[in-house]
Amino acid sequence: MYGLKSDWLDESTPRYYTFEDYEGATARWCSGCGDHGVLTAVQRLCRDEQLPPEKTVFVSGIGCASRFPHYMNAYGFHGLHGRALPVACGVRARRPDLHVFVATGDGDCCSIGTAHWIHAVRYNMKMVVMLLDNNVYGLTKNQTSPTSNKGSVSNTHPRGSALDPINPIQTSLGIANASFIAQTVDWNPAHLFATLKAAHRHPGLAFVRILQRCPHFKSGLFDSLMSDPSKLLLMTHPDGIVVDDVVKKQFVNQREHDPSDMSEAREIADSQDATPIGLFYRNAAADRYDAFTSEGIATSRDAKLAALEKQLDRYQI
Amino acid sequence: MFRDSHTRPSAQALADDPSRIAGELRIRSIPEQIVEIVSDSGEGAQTAGQIFGTVCAKMSNGLWTVEIIPAEIEPPARSRAGASGIRIRFGTKPVANMGDQADLVVAFNEQVLYSRVDQGALRAGTLLLIDDKWGASDDPKIRAAYQAALEDFDSAGYDVREIPISAETRTLTDNPQRGKNMWVVGLLCAIYSRDLDLAKREVELLFKRKRKGDELIALNHRLLEAGHAWAVEHFETRFEIPSETHGEKMVVMNGNAAVALGAMAAGMEVCSMYPITPATSASHYLAADFHHAGGIVHQAEDEIAAVGFALGASFAGKTALTITSGPGMALKTEFLGLAVMAEIPLVVVDVQRGGPATGLPTKVEQGDLLASIFGQPGDAPKVVIAPSSHEECFHFMVTARKLAESFRTPVFVLSDANLATAQACLPRPNVSEEWLSPPIDQSPWKQGAPAYGWDGETGISRRPIPGQPGGAFVLTGLAHDEQSHIAYESSINQRAMNMRSRKIAALQAALRPPEIYGDEQGDLLVVGWGSTRGAIEEAVDRVRADGHRVGSVCLRFLSPLEPGLEEIFGRYRRVMTVEINYSDDLSGPGTPPSARRYSQLAWLLRATTLVDVDCWSRVPGQPLPPQMIEAALRSRLEGADQCTD
Repeated sequence: MYGLKSDWLDESTPRYYTFEDYEGATARWCSGCGDHGVLTAVQRLCRDEQLPPEKTVFVSGIGCASRFPHYMNAYGFHGLHGRALPVACGVRARRPDLHVFVATGDGDCCSIGTAHWIHAVRYNMKMVVMLLDNNVYGLTKNQTSPTSNKGSVSNTHPRGSALDPINPIQTSLGIANASFIAQTVDWNPAHLFATLKAAHRHPGLAFVRILQRCPHFKSGLFDSLMSDPSKLLLMTHPDGIVVDDVVKKQFVNQREHDPSDMSEAREIADSQDATPIGLFYRNAAADRYDAFTSEGIATSRDAKLAALEKQLDRYQI
Repeated sequence: MFRDSHTRPSAQALADDPSRIAGELRIRSIPEQIVEIVSDSGEGAQTAGQIFGTVCAKMSNGLWTVEIIPAEIEPPARSRAGASGIRIRFGTKPVANMGDQADLVVAFNEQVLYSRVDQGALRAGTLLLIDDKWGASDDPKIRAAYQAALEDFDSAGYDVREIPISAETRTLTDNPQRGKNMWVVGLLCAIYSRDLDLAKREVELLFKRKRKGDELIALNHRLLEAGHAWAVEHFETRFEIPSETHGEKMVVMNGNAAVALGAMAAGMEVCSMYPITPATSASHYLAADFHHAGGIVHQAEDEIAAVGFALGASFAGKTALTITSGPGMALKTEFLGLAVMAEIPLVVVDVQRGGPATGLPTKVEQGDLLASIFGQPGDAPKVVIAPSSHEECFHFMVTARKLAESFRTPVFVLSDANLATAQACLPRPNVSEEWLSPPIDQSPWKQGAPAYGWDGETGISRRPIPGQPGGAFVLTGLAHDEQSHIAYESSINQRAMNMRSRKIAALQAALRPPEIYGDEQGDLLVVGWGSTRGAIEEAVDRVRADGHRVGSVCLRFLSPLEPGLEEIFGRYRRVMTVEINYSDDLSGPGTPPSARRYSQLAWLLRATTLVDVDCWSRVPGQPLPPQMIEAALRSRLEGADQCTD
């Protein structure tokens, strides 16, 4: 199947994968970095969904978040700054048997890789895209990111950044054929996990923006969101990100939002009040480009030869 | 009106050839002919030329066509700079270049001929068949321009004839703009004794591909017949170009089609591209039919994504290529470096055009050689090969895939606008089932075996593929050890660089020295690469005919270079390259020898062989005619330091 040997697809003795089976190199992020929590949530997701490590591929760009693949035990592609999405689409194109995850940061996705972000969302090939958004360039040591708040001070804007930030959710909701747009936070493991799980099960490209703490360069940025529950808005709906009542109770602001309602999704995303978390939009029926790219995977050698001869006949003298 | 006076297409060859008298009709047998059809853009001159060329090929003549392409899609009508059209060189022997000046030119208006004059495409005696409708134009300015041009051409020594192309076409269709090209094909078929039924068949195939109805096909058949009949009535002397049977099955196509079919034959599954002239048509051919052979064309959002997508597919165990031209190569640079660093097999086709920057989008140059070899930051050894013919355009795709996988490396295939757009004959490839094999060693991965288990001598290693148990690794563009773990230690980086470089040496050890064309030792060796081979060899033939001892070598492998070059160079008094890229002339004004910048292959050969390799190169935006090369060779043979065009 898929041009690869069939005995790769099943181990002779099915086994149960434990959490440890997904652990790669020891994570070298700063202590207190929000990426640690995302890594744990993803490892848990892989375990719960029993994804064979050899069938799982983590693709990333460059930046702190993009070290993600190294800390997983799975296949990984730690490529170029901003270019994770084209690579992930290429991986996915002819390998529908693989589980594809993308780890990208706000510089990677929303600045140098913006074109790919727009188009990958439109391609809607099945994969989970995690935007680990800490509002700052960390690996290159504290420069303004496109999601940095206006006035935020960095090494490139010591007098404060001049412009309002890009809101990745607003942008994603504006892309034709978007099919899964969600937002969560690194410090709420239950909501984070529930969001990633829903993303993984979505038949298309699931874009998840994760507000992620950078204690080194953006210390205290999300403190108010963490200490004042009224600063977050939990979107609830049976078709949305479903969390336990215990988790729900942490949120004083809740709003039922049907994720099939795009105009309401945009209204919530535009709101300047509380920071919304949950599922903005989902359309499981959106067209998938991987339906096109995986055409003809099983074409036999004889059929290929016949097609070639037919082509050559056309040019025959 | 054209009796006899009009029967002198006057190729030099004509004079010597015996004529055969058949009643009143004289049919002269000639060895070859160069015909051009030129027009405003969108008048179908190229389609006409392709059909006529295909007919010639199907009659077992040698063939080489050159598209004459304006930079804009629709430049202003009757503009001197906007000539669109095609040159068709056909002959008894195989034809491998565009030749020198045209013998006969059909022009839909007189103004576009000026650009052909500027290009040096015409000679005294060239027969010009010009649509006479402009002489009867309602616009006095057009009438005046037309008369002035006829006088210019006449005094320049061209054999100018006005023929009623539009008027005759109008008798069959209300819109002669869209029919006159077929009338001209009919005309040419009569002049050169081509089988009109073959032309009809080509027209039918073309219109069926474009999903046109029978009615339109029938109309175009009538136009072919009308053009043919008109020529039969008005041309007393006609010509034939005898055929030599090829002895093997042949196909006729342009170089981009050959690349596309080669990609299919190579078992490619993914062609990821972004539109760019002159590379795009290769993807068009693939897009039309790739799915029958189990492949897809991905039109990416940009050049960078195109190569990234291909690399992702290759990482996932699929055969992938990307097709682009110079500006696209520049954009892909970072990813190409990653492919080298992380050892990801990839076939990269660069259909070269004039540079730098946007340069000459539709025109040929061989300007990407050094950028291909050295274009990435750091040391990025990879394989670079260049086809010199249509046959090689096809087969090098198979070679490239094989090398990419065996050496776990990107392989660049440098074609150019000349090969890409020229139609020529090649032996029908014998497609091997083996070429379609899965891309990877599918035996189980040994638990714990490193992702880069470099062989110390060759640098070659086996690669694990997602899905393969036990092989999981994280590919990275950072410096890494055998396990693909990020490693900044100096000894690890040094060793990994050694290993990647060693692959190039290992490949060279498997290559044979290049074959020499012409004299195996003597006064002058001409070294070229890529599409210039046919013209260089024709120029070598001409100077050898005068008793000079001259040989030529065409290099297919540029990285690594083919072995044995120093030894071969040592057999000649002088060694020079001939290329379509920029170099300063020898001791040209303003360029003392110490500041002379050499053409790209010359740079490379001087650096690698320590031989004082000279060069002659031009960037005319068109293929080098044999005559220009011949003049350069003669000037070097005479020991002149400077040569003129």
